[in-house]
Order: sequence, then C-alpha cells, then structure tokens
Amino acid sequence: MKELFILAVVTVFTLATYYLVEPFAHSKMHKHVESEKFAYADLPALTKKGDANRGKDLVMGAGACTGCHAIKVAGLAAPMDPVATAQSYGVNTPDLSNAGVVYDAKFLAALIKNPAHALKVEHKYDAASGKVHPMAQFGGAGGDLDQEVADMVAYLQSIAVKQDKLTPKMAFETACGRCHAMKYENWTQIGDKPSFKMKKDELAFDIQVIDYQDALTKYMGKLPPDLSMYIRSRGEHYISTFVENPQHLIEGTAMPRVGVTAETAEKVIEHLADAGDTKRVERDEVGKKVMVFIVIFALFAYLWKRSIWKDLH
Amino acid sequence: MAHFTKATSVHDWINQRLGIDTVRRVMATEYWIPKNINFLWAMGMVLAITFALLLVSGIFLLMYYQPNVNTAFDSVNYTIMREVDFGWLWRHVHGVAASVVFLVIYIHMFTGIYYGSYKNGREMIWISGMLLFVTFSAEAFSGYMLPWGQMSYWAGMVITNLFSLGGLHADGIVEWIRGDYVPAQAFLDRFFMLHVLLLPLAIMGVIGLHFGALRIPHVNNQDGEELDFEKEAAKYKAGDKKGSKVIAFANDFMSKDLFVVGIFLIFFFYLVFFHYDFAMDPVNFDPADGLKTPAHIYPEWYFLWSYEILRPFSTNIGLMAFGFAQVIFFLLPFLDRSPNAIPANRRGLFSLWFWAMLVDMIVLTAMGKLPPEGIFSTIGLVAALVFIGLWIALPFITKSEKKA
Repeated sequence: MKELFILAVVTVFTLATYYLVEPFAHSKMHKHVESEKFAYADLPALTKKGDANRGKDLVMGAGACTGCHAIKVAGLAAPMDPVATAQSYGVNTPDLSNAGVVYDAKFLAALIKNPAHALKVEHKYDAASGKVHPMAQFGGAGGDLDQEVADMVAYLQSIAVKQDKLTPKMAFETACGRCHAMKYENWTQIGDKPSFKMKKDELAFDIQVIDYQDALTKYMGKLPPDLSMYIRSRGEHYISTFVENPQHLIEGTAMPRVGVTAETAEKVIEHLADAGDTKRVERDEVGKKVMVFIVIFALFAYLWKRSIWKDLH
Repeated sequence: MAHFTKATSVHDWINQRLGIDTVRRVMATEYWIPKNINFLWAMGMVLAITFALLLVSGIFLLMYYQPNVNTAFDSVNYTIMREVDFGWLWRHVHGVAASVVFLVIYIHMFTGIYYGSYKNGREMIWISGMLLFVTFSAEAFSGYMLPWGQMSYWAGMVITNLFSLGGLHADGIVEWIRGDYVPAQAFLDRFFMLHVLLLPLAIMGVIGLHFGALRIPHVNNQDGEELDFEKEAAKYKAGDKKGSKVIAFANDFMSKDLFVVGIFLIFFFYLVFFHYDFAMDPVNFDPADGLKTPAHIYPEWYFLWSYEILRPFSTNIGLMAFGFAQVIFFLLPFLDRSPNAIPANRRGLFSLWFWAMLVDMIVLTAMGKLPPEGIFSTIGLVAALVFIGLWIALPFITKSEKKA
C-alpha cells in the first residue's frame, strides 16, 4: 500500500538522522569506558586473614587512625570540627564507622599502606612537587605489616553496619559528601543544613560552610561540583565508571579514586537519582497509562475515519 | 442594521448575531480538500496539535519559572521537576514537543518540495510557511536560553556572537542584543520576553496567514492534478461523494487527520515518557558557568545543518554561506523555473535534486554535531559545498525540464 511505503520512507530517513545525531555522534564525542566491576585489579589481594580484636588495638593505638579519624560507633568523636580539620588537612577526615562496608577491603588495605597510590592521586604528590598526601602511610606497629593491615580492615568491617542497613544517603555521605554538596537534598560538605529560627544562626552556619569550601578549594584546586543534577547531566554509566576510576575519564583530575564496593556505588547512584530524578517511578506509571489511553484514542480515530471514508471511495 | 427576529433556539440566537452557520460552512463543511491525498497532508494538523501542546505546557511552566540568573536553573530543575505536581510532565512535554515540532516541520517542508506545492499560485503558502520556520527557530532558540544551563549560556554566547558579522567586528550590535558584554540578567530577561510573548504572538499571526494563503489556491494533491473545485464540489453536494474529486474539510478530511494525529501522539508520548534524552541535552543540566566552556558546543539537532554550513569555512565566508542557507529556501518558488507542479518522481532531474538535497541535509546535520576533526570536517565541507551547488544548479535543471 502506497501510504505504508511513504511512511517507511519517512521512518527510514528519520531514524537515520536520529542514529547519526545521537548514538553515533555521542560515541565519537565521548570516550567510552567499560566498567571494571569495581574489581580494583591493580591492587594486591589480601593474603592474610584479619583478626578484628587485634585490629581494634591497632586502629585505636598511638599514632594510628584515631589521631585524626572519628569512629562514632566506637564512641570516639572527631578530634577537631570539620572546618578546623579541613583547614589543617584540606578536607574533613572521614568518620570510620562504616568504612568497612562502604569501601572495598582490598582498597582499604592498600589505602592504609599508601594512600596516594590507592587513591590514584600520585600525580599530585610526586617527588618533584615535594608535597605529601595528608594521610600518613601506616608503616606497621612492629609485626608483619600485611597481617596488621588485614587485622585493621577486619576490625573496620566488624563495626560497620550490615550491607542491607546501609542506606543510599549514608553511602553518598560517606563516599562523596565531604567534598560534594547536594543542594537539592539540603546537603553541605559539613552535613545536613538544619532549619534555623534565627537568621543570625543560619548565617553563622553558612559562614562555616564557606570556610570549609575555601579550604577544600585550596586542597582540590577547584571546588568539587554540587551533585544535585548529576544523574541527568552525566548519567548512570558515566558516574559509575568515573567513581570507579576518575583518571580513566579525566586524566590528571584531583578527584581521588573513591574505592567503594559495587554495592555501595549502586547506592550512591540511587541517591543521586533520588535528588535529580525524583519522579522516575511516577513517570513510568503515568507513562504506561497515557500510552494505553492514546492507543485507544488512535483506534477510535481509525474507526471514525473508516466509517466516514466508506462513503467517499 | 440587520434585521433580528425573535430567536427560536440558543443556536438561532447566536447564529443571528455571529453567523456561526456561515462560519461552519465556509471553514468546515464546504471547505474543499482534494480526495487524492496521503497521510503527509495531515502534517498541518499534527503541527497545530503540537503547537497547542507547546502552548498549554508552556503556560503551566510559566507559572513557576523564574527569569533570573540566580534562580532560573533551580526554578526549572528543583521547583518544576521536584516540587510542582506533574511539573516534570509539563517540562518533558514542552521539551520533547519543541524538538518533535521541527521533525514534523521538516517532513511538512519536504512534502511541499516533493509535490511541488509551492508554485503556480501557491507561492504565498510556501513563503508564509518559511516565515513560520524562522519564527519557530527563534522561539526554540529563545526557549533554550531559559533553563540557564551550560548549553543555554554557551549557545547564547555563540549565536549572539554571529551578529558581530565576522570581519566587520560589529561588537556594538552583539552588546545591543545581549544588553551586556556577556549573556547575563538583561539577556535572560529579554529572551524570556521574546519566548513567552512576542514570538508566540508572531507565530500565531503567521499561522493565520499560512491558513489564509491556502484559501484561494487550495491544497495540492498527490498527482499535481489541477482540479475544478467548483465543479467537483457541486458533484459532492449533489450526493455523488464517490465520484467527486474533493472532500469536505469536516468531517471527511478531519477524520483522517485525527487518525494520523492519534498515531503521531503514540510516537510523541512514547518519547515524552521513555525516550526524552535526545530532546533534553545532558550538558544543560549543569548550571550556566561563564568560566567553564563545555568540551563540545552544538545546537539542538534541528539547527545542525545550518550550523554545519557555517562551520567548515573561514569566519567571513562561513557567515555568508550561513546567511545564504537562511534565506535560500524562501526563494524556492522562484528558483524552480519549471511550470510543472507535479510530484518530483515525474520531473526528471529534479527528482535527483530532491533526494540529493534531502540526503545532503541529513549529512550536514550529522556533521554539525560531530567534532570538526579529520574526515568529519572534510565530509562537512563537501556537504556544505554540495548544498550551495544544488541551489545554484536548481534554476538550470528546472529550466530545461519538459512541460509535463
């Protein structure tokens, strides 16, 4: 039938244009990076079985983690407030309460031994620059270094919440929230912004945020972006592969490899979707109903057309 | 003064005062359309419906949008997308319709070119249609500024820069258009005004002109057959609907239109709910930042072909080629020297010209988006030259065309 042939011609040219302008052009414009499934293949596997009790002593021990890190679940508060910490180190030191579940075990072990290497920021801290990463390398407490590190990782895993209790928001805050604000979820780098009764109190809080951001900007070279709309501006695949290894997509970026597990990465992305694509479930539901309605409409329109045109032909 | 009698019904009361029976007859039941048409003749109705969707969704968006450089981005992405019930739906309908309307415009245009519906008295239909294309383009561009994302800002920067006219360095004109040295508050305010007031008014006016232009020459048909509309209409009114070569606008033509609209809306709403990314560039979900140029700046897909005519050349020549591309379609009825108003496939060389032009514009569109490197810039340059060459060749190949 002639009309169907014409429709086929229109469709072919439309689809050809679409293909060239969208999938094809974007494949040429943006580097495609395959996910490595958060395997961190470049880092050595853990060979020793850790002991959480020994790990606890090491983590709490003199010169180890708690000099800088809070562990709220173990009753240890941060030595300094976030702003003062950022002004000393460049960024707030993370609370280690959930580090054992958020971060990959191999990554944690490598991080304790050599932070700049595990974080893939050695280009910032090479010998020529004379700079060293603010987190000190753990040189061992006198025993077998690999065993001690495995013990510390085991301890961190033992105190962390279980994977199914880790909410998307917690995953985001632990993994991303000390550098990235998320305005649409009311998140600042120093925590949720409370609602204030007095303007003066709000301004005081804002000044703290600005002080923190100034220190962070100095540390990172520029202020890390607000992530409110990243699910729409970057998309799931980009975010996932970028988090996995930022250097793959932006060579030389100051953003460290975060070292999260695949499960945590999924939760982080869910939180980003909760901020920037809140109506996705409603959209799918309404979409299906509208499609049904419009198909029925087209069907009736066809019947009406046929009833009228039978007198014309 | 006309003589009024006591009304026998509400209909009669209104009819005596507004003549609605006459309006209905003139506009619908005795507005004659050729019978020998295909679904491409329904594109006008599809465009009218899409414009209505744009207008209605735009009115809802306008209730929450804030034309301020500090709040515009959040009023769209936070207030409309998160806070307002179904705000996301209005935005996606508006964004997708803005893109799809151009697809239909292009189909409508190439239908006109293929069937020769721009000559032998139909010149004003074509010219008013091209005016609509230009006003829709301005409407699309001004609307693209409003979310104040990265692409809004940088597309605004690049396009307004064109008005410095290259080697003439008319920077004063650029500043006059922007109201500032760079796109800023004055720029956003005036494009907001253009988008929600002046251009929609102009579009509605030109739509009226476009419809009016159809009235005297009548709609063309699939075979370019010249119909005696009065004779055929008389046949139709005498009851010989089967034998008549014309049909009434309503309900005959309308019932077919509505069916095509139904099919179109299935496609449209599929895009709105399940495949909207092509119409809402990811880069524009980053807030405008005058200190951070995006890696790739490109217009929406419907401007790519003319962008690619600008790009492969040096500044001045590029601008001239671009200017050429903007006006040349207006001149089509006069550049086509053949008296034949019949489908392209019966017009010899013109048939080749038609398909070459269509393919060339698709190639230009693709190259306009791809980064201008290596083979792509060569293909883009060749396609731009072919575009110009085809227009120069048009009068010659149509002049030698035999009278059908």
